[in-house]
Formats: sequence, structure tokens, C-alpha cells
Amino acid sequence: MPTADDPGVPRDLEAHRAYLYRYAMLQLRDAARAEDAVQETLLAALESRAAFAGRSSIKTWLTGILKHKITDSIRRQMRESPIDTRAAGDDPEETRAYADQFFDRARQDHWHAAPRSWEDPELSFEQKRFWEVFERCAASLPAQTARVFAMREFMGLTTEDICKELGISSTNCWVILYRARMALRDCLDLNWFGGSSVSAEP
Amino acid sequence: MATCKEISELVSQSLDRRLGLVERWRLLMHLRVCEACRNFRSQMEFLRRAIRKHPLLRDRDDR
Repeated sequence: MPTADDPGVPRDLEAHRAYLYRYAMLQLRDAARAEDAVQETLLAALESRAAFAGRSSIKTWLTGILKHKITDSIRRQMRESPIDTRAAGDDPEETRAYADQFFDRARQDHWHAAPRSWEDPELSFEQKRFWEVFERCAASLPAQTARVFAMREFMGLTTEDICKELGISSTNCWVILYRARMALRDCLDLNWFGGSSVSAEP
Repeated sequence: MATCKEISELVSQSLDRRLGLVERWRLLMHLRVCEACRNFRSQMEFLRRAIRKHPLLRDRDDR
């Protein structure tokens, strides 16, 4: 616990709480779990303060700790509710079939609406609105799909690690990631890039 | 010839694992003639770049 003996410590760590919380929310999507992860991070930081040699910024250091806490939290979550993977759009069959809607079976699985080029997509990075849309799109993914996607893309884990962590097969993992990307692409296309798909009818 | 649906799956998997020779060949052949799937691939690559540029991940070293 912070004491009066080291007055600077709590405040300079505390200053990052809001950032850490947003970071945790991005991946955990659960206020209570995010709070816990941040709390554990700050506590661990205080405990290992001496080991922090100032090689990186405090923020980077804290974020590094937080990542472990987030992984722990996801692990716990998977242990506590492994059966929930069948709920709310996370059914494996449903996940597998999700992409079907984008393709036309009657025409050799051509795109229903052929993806058109997104114009200067990189310019979006500077726009606050884009990130709001992006987060709304990410938040609309089913829970398990979102979790796997966050582990892969936000935390940069390999699919092998994710499989081991969650006890699912690689194939299953790829299908889940495919679903997540198809949904995100579609959502951004509709809500940001102005529905740039056109009907693929000849 | 692979279908657009199969190709879209391969494109996604290429972000997660190293594709085999046959798969890479199928992908290459299809993309050569299919603009829609080329656009799709660009968008998948954009998605990954976007996450790397996410304001929360990006400003990690601000202070």
C-alpha cells in the first residue's frame, strides 16, 4: 500500500488509471473486470516499483503489466463460463455459417455485394469519429468472437497461444477470427466508408 | 478455380498462419482475375493496420 513515506508514487501511477481502464475495457468489455485488472496492475506496480528501472516510460511499464492482468482475466472468464460459448451468436455452427450471408450460392459463391475499394482509408485514423464507429463495430461482435479477436489483434497473441489458452482447435480459432473480420469489415463499410459495396449482379 | 468465399477465408487465415504452397497458388490465381477479392484483401490488411493505429495502443509511449 502507498504510504506517506513515498508521496510521489501513488500519484504518478494514479495518473494513468483512466488510460489503463480504457485499455482494459477495450478488451474485456466488462466494467467490473476492467476495474479489477487495473486495480491489480496498480498494486503489482507498487509492489515491484523498485524493479522498475525507468528503462521505459511508466505508461509503457504499466501497460505491460496490465496486458498480463487482462490475459489472466480472460483465462478466468473462460474457466468460469466455458459453456457460454454457445450463447448469443457464439455457437460454432452459427459462427461457421456466418459468412454465408455475404455470398451467393446460386452463383458459385460469388460476393452478393462485391467489396469496392475504400478510398484513402488511412485518412480515417486521424478522425475521432472513425474510432467511435470502429469501437461500436467491435462491440457488436458476439462475446467469444470478440475475445478471440482481441487476443489476436489487440494483444498480438499467436493463434497457437490462443488455442492453448482457450482450449479450442486451430481451425475453430481461424473460423472465429474470419467471422470477426467479416463482421467488422461489413460494419465499417456500411457505417464509415459509406456502403462502398455494389451489387455484384452482372 | 477457388470461389470468392473460399478465397475470403484464405485471405483471413493468411493473417494468422503461413499458407501452404497450394493455397498460395490458389490465392494468387484468383486474385489476378478478381477485383472484388483484391479489394477484400486490402480491407483485411487495413483492419490490421487500423488496430495498430488505435489511439489507445498508439499513445502508449506519450509520457
